[in-house]
Amino acid sequence: MKPIELLQPASGALDLEILGLSKHFGDVAALDDVSLHIPAGSFHALLGENGAGKSTLVKCLVGYYTADKGTVLVDQREVEIPTPREASKLGIGMVYQHFTLVPSMTVAENLVIARGALPALLNWREERARLAAFMETLPFKLPLDKPAGGLAAGEKQKVEIIKQLYLQRRLLILDEPTSVLTLDEADEALGLIKQLARNQQLSVLIITHKFREVSAYADAVTVLRRGRYAGHGKVAELTVDQMAEMMVGSAVARDAAPRANRPAIPEGAARLRIQQLTALGDHGLPVLKNIDLSVYPGEILGIAGVSGNGQKALIEVLIGQREKSGGKVQVHGKDYSGRRAELALCKVNSLPEEPLRNACVGNLSVADNLALRNYDQPPLARSGWINWRALRAQAKTYVENFRIKTDGIDAKIQTLSGGNVQRAVLARELSHPVDLLIVANPVFGLDFNAVAETHSRLLAARAQGTAILLVSEDLDELLELSDRIVVMSEGEIVFEVDAAHADIRELGRHMAGSHALAEATA
Amino acid sequence: MSTAGATIGWWGVPLAVLAGAIRVSTPYLLVSLGECITEKSGRINLGLEGVLIMGAMAGYATAFATGSPWAGVLAAGLVGAVFGLLHGLLCSLKRVNDIAIGISIMLLGTGLAFFLGKPFVQPQAPMLSSISFGFWSDSTQIQSALQINPLFILGAVLAFALHFAFRHTRLGLQVRIVGDSEDAARALGYPVLPTRIVATVVGGFLAGVGGAFLSLYYPGSWNEGLSSGQGIIAVALVIFARWEPLRCLWASLLFGGASALGPALQAMGVSSGYYLFNAAPYALTLGILIASWTPNRALSGAPGELSLVRQ
Ligand SMILES: Nc1ncnc2c1ncn2[C@@H]1O[C@H](COP(=O)(O)OP(=O)(O)OP(=O)(O)O)[C@@H](O)[C@H]1O
Ligand SMILES: [Mg+2]
Repeated sequence: MKPIELLQPASGALDLEILGLSKHFGDVAALDDVSLHIPAGSFHALLGENGAGKSTLVKCLVGYYTADKGTVLVDQREVEIPTPREASKLGIGMVYQHFTLVPSMTVAENLVIARGALPALLNWREERARLAAFMETLPFKLPLDKPAGGLAAGEKQKVEIIKQLYLQRRLLILDEPTSVLTLDEADEALGLIKQLARNQQLSVLIITHKFREVSAYADAVTVLRRGRYAGHGKVAELTVDQMAEMMVGSAVARDAAPRANRPAIPEGAARLRIQQLTALGDHGLPVLKNIDLSVYPGEILGIAGVSGNGQKALIEVLIGQREKSGGKVQVHGKDYSGRRAELALCKVNSLPEEPLRNACVGNLSVADNLALRNYDQPPLARSGWINWRALRAQAKTYVENFRIKTDGIDAKIQTLSGGNVQRAVLARELSHPVDLLIVANPVFGLDFNAVAETHSRLLAARAQGTAILLVSEDLDELLELSDRIVVMSEGEIVFEVDAAHADIRELGRHMAGSHALAEATA
Repeated sequence: MSTAGATIGWWGVPLAVLAGAIRVSTPYLLVSLGECITEKSGRINLGLEGVLIMGAMAGYATAFATGSPWAGVLAAGLVGAVFGLLHGLLCSLKRVNDIAIGISIMLLGTGLAFFLGKPFVQPQAPMLSSISFGFWSDSTQIQSALQINPLFILGAVLAFALHFAFRHTRLGLQVRIVGDSEDAARALGYPVLPTRIVATVVGGFLAGVGGAFLSLYYPGSWNEGLSSGQGIIAVALVIFARWEPLRCLWASLLFGGASALGPALQAMGVSSGYYLFNAAPYALTLGILIASWTPNRALSGAPGELSLVRQ
């Protein structure tokens, strides 16, 4: 039997230096002469606005893209990294911003295939024993036999991180790893990684939009602005405002309106009423159990919960992606099942999680994607014919109003950076009057300016009388935006509270209490 | 009716159905296993009908020329592999759709086989001989029912081997990764296009061998009406079998058994509803597909990169 390389001790943290890296996509200079240095064992943060080129930089580093110019030094020696395989051999691993799990394979299979050199014949008993021993050392549990495609975003992200730890990397690159994790989960994961870095087992390069994480974990930061190097410094010597200013190059936007200044919720009938709703998951098991909820006009109802407790299914039922198995959903007092005609009639719009997958057609242009809601209605269509001029004009307006960074409205939407896909969907969903808005993790991957902008747009819609159902794994966001908060756990609503009187610890207890219960029974 | 037939009476029907199932299912089995490999890698090859006919012709011609039916089988496989390579390479070009290429390959294979095969319609090539598993019985009916063709045995063994390989071998996992998520494959450093091309070549090889079965075993001749769409049905069987090699085996047997029901009953003297029985396999497939469909579940098992299901 071949020796298993995994059992050999990793040779410890590596020292990385990047010199003058450049990368163009057509006419777009995504990266222009960027340099950075990560000493062995340090925890380095890469900051920048949406579309600044952060993902492009790290993708060049792991051989996913080939840079046009520039050199990479590992332990002071120049290296070529033409493919991810080479990166892997050097001990460089990455958690991508989009998921790279193989959906139909189980978590266990996904972890095992990540090991670069598999033997021709796998011994599953041995692999499973090794996996189990490894899982023992982790602060969180994972369902090893579930297909990865059936996991919620937060769980997928944990698998991605764990996969890299399993491989004992010398440099770990994380592209917005915590966007879908709860505060505690993020602290668990980053704490573990930080510990490894401190022990000189690992160097870390993390891309994040959360200053909290930068201050708590990073040793140094490098800032990019529009593809260029914009600054560098030790975290201990920088304030958050200084970092934010480096990112945007000017003063910083204010966050959402304080709660006191909000218009009161007008009296009236519920806009969305859900009674005894049940639904089955992908594997035929119940994921929603007797949900009762109402959302009133001009109100934001926040749904808190650890990912994977039925929030995804609830959103899917409401926007017509999943059939309910029992109960009642009413909008404007009329039965509703999420058909396109009903969505248009009741003015129900949505911003689901993973918008590129759930709310866009990746291969279509930005202009086409922006028209997905109304391409078949006047003024974009007349008696069955599409008015392309009107469609393009609409796209141009949206791109301008929502400041979507794109290489023209004819670029495929999948070439946009994560944050800009989000902006595009937001533009499409919020540019017309909306009666009911269904939102899941709306600031997943947005930079702080865009977060403030999105939050104020949601509050503006609320002020105009839109009823908003907001699912989020970020309690701070829920506390800031919601009027009422409910906690969802194992497909049930387990707690409800007026947001003005909500206590973050109490919410956390209701989220985690049932989570712990789930682990005990699993 | 023979005396042996009389001794086992109506038992003749299930026996004949079993024998028929094995005989009829062989080309379905081989083609669907080939297509299963191809589709697992994220490509769909609709051209296997053409590859099948080309294989039948090449196999027959080679067996006639060399006098060895096994040389014919090998030649049929190689011709199939060449067609697979053609499909694999063409589909690797940018902006090329595998379904359109598949249909062209189907037409090309059929046309070319009819053109090149003209001189072989008359002469008689040596046939593949079967293996008898019925030596323990006196009944000629049992003996003839247990005459099993070697290609079926090959296919059945292959189905089990593939089932194992997709879970336990590096190559099997590589094919699944490439077929399920191109992003993941690239991130893990697996070569996407070469894997797909090889998977398509192997698929073509098996389809070619399936063709050789038609011309060298059953019905065992070469003419233009040899295939009745087996190549197309086999592609559908893969979807029916949810991309699982073992289920391809059961699905092929089920389909073969349903096809054999009509002739078996007719041999027993039941002639009413003959045409209805001939439609049985198709009706059965449709019925099972509809019965097993649920709106809430995704088409489970479908490789994520397949152009049929890609979101
Ligand atoms: N494959 C591609 N083809 C064309 N343009 C691309 C491609 N990938 C990225 N770009 C462009 O390069 C620029 C930088 O994108 P990148 O994804 O690196 O941004 P980012 O800093 O990671 O942003 P975010 O915080 O939103 O994830 C963007 O303008 C983007 O549109
Ligand atoms: Mg990015």
